[in-house]
Amino acid sequence: MPAPTFDSISIGDSLPQLTLPTVNRTMLALFAGASGDHNPAHIDLDEARAAGMPDVFAHGMLGMAWLGRLLTNWAPQAQLRKFDARFAGIIHLGNQILCTGKVVEKLEHNGERCVRVEISSMNQFGQLKIAGTALVALS
Amino acid sequence: MIDKKWIGHEAASSTLTVERGRLKFFAKAIGETNPVYSDEAAAQAAGYADLPAPPTFLFAAELDSGAMFALLDQLEIPLSKVLHGEEGFEYLAPVVAGDTVTVTTRVKDIYDKRGGALEFLETESVVINQDGATVAKIRNTTVLRH
Repeated sequence: MPAPTFDSISIGDSLPQLTLPTVNRTMLALFAGASGDHNPAHIDLDEARAAGMPDVFAHGMLGMAWLGRLLTNWAPQAQLRKFDARFAGIIHLGNQILCTGKVVEKLEHNGERCVRVEISSMNQFGQLKIAGTALVALS
Repeated sequence: MIDKKWIGHEAASSTLTVERGRLKFFAKAIGETNPVYSDEAAAQAAGYADLPAPPTFLFAAELDSGAMFALLDQLEIPLSKVLHGEEGFEYLAPVVAGDTVTVTTRVKDIYDKRGGALEFLETESVVINQDGATVAKIRNTTVLRH
């Protein structure tokens, strides 16, 4: 797919969606190591239960990293200006996450032509996990 | 309750050298298959000086150094009761393998909702590289549930 350009993009256009593999413990262990987030609630069942959770659960930043992939699959990262996420729900083991995005605004920001994209991640039950926005410069 | 005296407090800075191997591990952990993130030649062909740090990677700097956990400890926020509320990045210059970034975080606000059942810690961080250029700004909201 060619890289999007400002003139070729319309408000309402969707980004190619990204479907993730079912969340499992291995993914959480790898992300703990790679991200440096060693909070035991994500990797140690005993610690998760002691904290009142039924099981370990995904790092919020793993879900945000997947949304980052959605964005950089669409436009090169060098064009990403802002990326914001609100963590609306915990991503649990067994969740199948779907990342989607839609162009909602075309604007000028710091002298550059940009688009604002609304992004979200949901599980297979349609429950919202992350809602976010990104600002992407397009030539 | 988190003591509001910490509003404005600046935490110890964290310095992280961004290594190629770490970036490849991070790419694997998030399922990233675009060769720009794991193959130096592909990254250079795409215009990057070296492998780029993916959009959320800079969050690792304060975790690696322990600065984030130290801040929570200092504010007497137990890790077992925190959830991530929000995270935001503003990108001002690329960060690639070989760069050394320094992250400095300041407590922006502390407040509560639902009669104190939930408390919120907002921080703002500035990330500079080895040349002193500001490469990113990061904002974080941590939720403490009671």
